[in-house]
Amino acid sequence: MAAVLAQNIVKRFENVLAVNGITLAVPDGEFVVLLGPSGCGKTTFLRIICGLERQTSGNLIIAGDIVNDVPPRARGVAMMFQSYGLYPHYTVRNNIAFPLRTQRVGRAVIESKVDWASRLLGIEHLLDRRPRQLSGGERQRVALARALVREPTALLLDEPLSNLDAKLRASARQDIKQFQRRVGVTTIYVTHDQVEAMGMGDRIAVIDRGKIRQVGTPAEIYDEPADRFVATFVGTPPMNLLTHNGAHLGFRPENFLPKEMIRGGDFSEFSFRVDRSEYLGSERIVYGAIEGFDSSQPITAKLPAHGAEQTLRPGEWHPFAVRNKDLRYFDQDGKRTDRH
Amino acid sequence: MQRIIASTLREVSFYGAVAFFVVLTAFPFYWMLITSLKSNPDLYNVTNIPFWFNEAPTLEHFRYLFEDTLFARWLLNSLVIGVCVVAITLVTALPAGYSLARMTGRSGEALGIGVFLTYLVPPTLLFLPLSRIVASLGLQNSMWSLVLVYPTFTIPFCTWLLMGFFKSFPREIEEAAIVDGCSLFGAFIKMVIPLSLPAILTTVIFTFTLTLQEFVYALTFISSSAQKPVTLGVATDLVRGDIFFWGEIMAGALIASIPVAIAYNFFLDRFISGITGGAVK
Repeated sequence: MAAVLAQNIVKRFENVLAVNGITLAVPDGEFVVLLGPSGCGKTTFLRIICGLERQTSGNLIIAGDIVNDVPPRARGVAMMFQSYGLYPHYTVRNNIAFPLRTQRVGRAVIESKVDWASRLLGIEHLLDRRPRQLSGGERQRVALARALVREPTALLLDEPLSNLDAKLRASARQDIKQFQRRVGVTTIYVTHDQVEAMGMGDRIAVIDRGKIRQVGTPAEIYDEPADRFVATFVGTPPMNLLTHNGAHLGFRPENFLPKEMIRGGDFSEFSFRVDRSEYLGSERIVYGAIEGFDSSQPITAKLPAHGAEQTLRPGEWHPFAVRNKDLRYFDQDGKRTDRH
Repeated sequence: MQRIIASTLREVSFYGAVAFFVVLTAFPFYWMLITSLKSNPDLYNVTNIPFWFNEAPTLEHFRYLFEDTLFARWLLNSLVIGVCVVAITLVTALPAGYSLARMTGRSGEALGIGVFLTYLVPPTLLFLPLSRIVASLGLQNSMWSLVLVYPTFTIPFCTWLLMGFFKSFPREIEEAAIVDGCSLFGAFIKMVIPLSLPAILTTVIFTFTLTLQEFVYALTFISSSAQKPVTLGVATDLVRGDIFFWGEIMAGALIASIPVAIAYNFFLDRFISGITGGAVK
């Protein structure tokens, strides 16, 4: 059974169509990431799920019940906000206990659950502090403990890592994922960061302009993008697109290699003019253009950091190639097609 | 050497400017204090220096104020009026300010401006219609008429004040409380109110001060001495014909201004900062 099921959800703010018909089923225990650029409607959709916004039309079903008109407090979902929304006048202990208190849970039960949640996140030693006495990472853990303490049907996370610095973010990503596995709580995670989405999601729903463009595992999203938007939104650098007779031919930068590096299999050859290259330590990104094709973006190739720098001199043309199995085709509307 | 002269010059001009304004604002209070402690012969001798004691100071004016006038009663009246008006104002302006702050779009903004505009209508214009209302309620010549009338200017002012504060209040705290099991009203009571104490305290002090300094309504609605607030009592009962009881007037004004000065000094500073720290980000 799906823990959360959204059926054709539409949300209109005066003249703006923020969510334009999203249908999504999230099975029990799954970690789903809603990925999209800022302003694409992913946060609005999350707020509809938890009940902070009312959808203009469409049905929302949580744990088998239609909850369209159920207030947030009765939906059994927990939400962790972008800036956590901790209660500054409460201690950490009371912050975590708050969702239980509002449900009039007995004192002994509250104590044991706060104990359980704080131990789970390793914040037992912080229980008597106030939010302002905590570091960013600690606040995030408190917010997570507060969200989990009443064992919600679904846990909603709205860009929870955006307030952490880059180093902390990597470890927090790991923590959240591990901990979600351990607890097995259904999780819907909103982010605009594709690295978070790829690294954490069991499935990813790519959203653009209020619509889901594709839902799939990280590998499906990356290898078999459903349209041009998904192809260029996911991946750094994004998929190269060549325009030909109005249709598009796409291939990933790491599959675009000097011809001599391709051994075996069918491949397509291109003449590539190198403009410049960036050395990134573990790899090298080469920017340039392909003879005979229009492209709005420079074409990129992702090569090993060492080996090719001697032969690839800027301004010269080089034979490059892509294995045919790595070529992706998109029609005039940007939809994926099998053949050109 | 030049640098030392420049920095000295800067400090002198800085402290000079500060001293100028301190004297400008504190001097009336000083004069008030001196006058309230002067004996009458000293006070009414025009050849004496008015800013210092030419004869021995006396507490005679304070004695007269408390024993021969209804001054203590006026103070109590002012306190009762102030407390009642503060209570009425808070009960009305807190939810109003919060609603206006959270109403998005043009309607909320227009309503907010409309509320403020009512504050701008002067009492000298409003006392005529209001006196009809007061009379029809049978409250003429009663201090309760002021409890009824003062909220007409304290509520718009405080609604506006609180609206500004609530607009900067982190919304995620309320929303977290709502998702965590509160109703909107519950979130308002449990989160917004306790975290708005600095703003609420400011509102209380402003409201109280406004009621304390109001004169026009008090003058038009109240004539018997026992019902007067202190502002009116001092100004009317201590001026008989063309005789001003200067010593008593100054003593009365001094006593009435002390609690306000204390409130400003002690409370405002303490509450103004730091309470919402650590909530978000």
